[in-house]
Formats: sequence, structure tokens, C-alpha cells
Amino acid sequence: MNEKRMIEEDQHFEDVIAEESICIQENIVYEKPDTLTDTPFHYCPGCGHGVAHRLIAEVISELNIQEETIGVAPVGCAVFAYNYLNIDMTEAAHGRASAVATGIKRVLPEKYVFTYQGDGDLAAIGTAETLHTCNRGENVLIIFINNATYGMTGGQMAPTTLPNMKSTTSPFGRDIATMGHPLKMTDLVAQLPGTYYVTRQAVHKPGNVRKAKKAIMNGFKYQKENKGTCFIEIVSNCPSNWKMTPRESNKWLEENMIPYYPLGDLKIPNVKEN
Amino acid sequence: MAKVKGDIVIDIEKCKGCELCIEACPQESLETSRQVNQKGYLYIVKIEDNCTGCVNCALVCPEGAITVYRKVDKKKEHVAKITNVTKDINITVNE
Repeated sequence: MNEKRMIEEDQHFEDVIAEESICIQENIVYEKPDTLTDTPFHYCPGCGHGVAHRLIAEVISELNIQEETIGVAPVGCAVFAYNYLNIDMTEAAHGRASAVATGIKRVLPEKYVFTYQGDGDLAAIGTAETLHTCNRGENVLIIFINNATYGMTGGQMAPTTLPNMKSTTSPFGRDIATMGHPLKMTDLVAQLPGTYYVTRQAVHKPGNVRKAKKAIMNGFKYQKENKGTCFIEIVSNCPSNWKMTPRESNKWLEENMIPYYPLGDLKIPNVKEN
Repeated sequence: MAKVKGDIVIDIEKCKGCELCIEACPQESLETSRQVNQKGYLYIVKIEDNCTGCVNCALVCPEGAITVYRKVDKKKEHVAKITNVTKDINITVNE
């Protein structure tokens, strides 16, 4: 009896030893990348922008190109992107981020240049700049966050707003007869000969986040090959302007956005990957 | 069998309580707390001790507020214990 209790005590002791000291530096499997600053994001709770920022920061940290990367921030919700990414960044006029990136890349061809734009910036006011940058085949990476609304200005209808989707400027739903069809920018630029890698990803589930990270990684790597523009669309949510909780918005995104904007690679380089 | 033990640390001042990590957690070990942080958000806390360190919560966290730790104990049955000395010594054999 006494012996049995001693064995139990020994086991308890071992368990205590085993439970201790898991939260130490060598056991870390995931932490905030060092390219991301300590500034808290100003985005609404549950917004996909935070995940997209973190993925870019992770890729830059993993490739160790922090000092060779120049980002171009847009006008829109991501206007303060330069506060969060610990790299050289500049701000562009509304919609002109890809034009600014063209200038930077031509002056400093050795640097990695990327733009980070929303759908109001890239697909509405900056359509011409984006299409011509892709058509000229500039060696920049364009990251396009598509949340089907104008987030910063209060949820007006965007070119990417889905049919019958309500917004503050289409309160009865988007009527295709008078307001046109949603603009599929990614499909559009995939047709242009200047683009090298065109893909559409999402960040609403862990698996999609991993795929999106891989796509951003490819986008940065392909810049060294000087073959053309890389274009990555990230389908994201906007809980505040969709008037939903973050969990509901992700469910809505999966049920409505993904069928209209199917995920996957639209244009991949012909070279075989090793 | 290798035993996987995980743990997470949530930066409660960064957390905005969006509950996406609760949905992503396969072990259902996360829950919204009853208290608010400095910004007034109901932050997320870990309530169960069954974390495996699968990183799902950290991947979907829009704030980057979650740090994940994981430890794999290999071959626990090979642990021998030497007693009858001045201090107990644990010897672990890793194969």
C-alpha cells in the first residue's frame, strides 16, 4: 500500500516536471515575425488585413530581405501599412501604387518592390495604372485585397461588390442592369502577356492562410527572375461594413464570395519546380 | 508513442476578441473571457489544458497576438531512474 502510494507520488512528480517549462524559447513553433512592428493594428476585429500583413512580414523575414524590400502603401484601410511593416515603405496617391512601384523598380532594379492595395484603390480608381503596369510587365509584386466593399469610407459599393449585395450606396442590393457586373481584376490581368504569376487566395481558414503564404513567397521569389508582374489577389472579409460578426463574415465569405471569385492559380510559370 | 504537448500565450492587450481562433481550434480549448482589456475588448483565454500546438489559432489571428509552443516527448517508456544516491538523477534515452 505504502509502495503503491510512493509510485503514484513519483509519477505525479514526473508529470509536474513534464508540464513545466513548455513556454521557453526553444519550444516556439510560431510567433509574430520580427518584420511586424509592435504597433497594434488599427483594423476592426476579425479583419483579413491583419493576416495579410502578417503573411507578408513572415515571408520577408524568412527570405531575409528586410533591407532590400520597398513597399508601397495604398489609400484605403491599409493606408497605415507603413506603421506595421518594419521595412522601407512609401505612400502613393489614390490608385497609383503600381505606377509608383514601377518608378521605384526601374530606379532600383535590385530591390524587391511590392504594392499592397485594396479593391477601391486597385480596381476602381487605379484600374488604368494596374492594367498598364501588368501589360508592360514591370517586375513588381501586386498584392490585392478584395473585400467587395469600400471599407475605409463606410461600406459604399465597390466594383467588386457581388450582385444583389447590399451596401450603403446600393441599399436594395447591387442591380446588374444599372450598376454593372462585379469586376474580376485577377481574371483580367491573367489575360495580359506581361504577367508572370497570377493567383487568387483567401485567408479565412488555416489551410487557406498557409496557401496564401506560399503564394506570397512565390511572388517575392519570382521577382529575381525578371519575367513580369506577379499579381496575388487575397479574398478577404469586412465584418464592420458587411454588418456581421467576424465568424459570420467568414461563413458568408465562403458561401458567397468564393463561388464568384474561385480560389486557385490563374497563371503559373511554365518552368518546372524543383 | 511520442507525446505532444503544446501551449499558447495570448497577448491580451493586442487581442480584439474576434473569436476566429475559437472557431479554428480543433481541441475547443479557447473561450472569451469575462473581463475586458485596456481597449475594452473581451479578450480570448485558454481554458482547457489539451493544446497540441497545432498553430491553427495563430494562423487565423489577425492581430498576430498568439505565440505557440510545442514540445514532443519521445519514448517516455525508456526513462530510467536511479535512486539510492544523494540526489535523484533522471536518464533519458533517445532513440
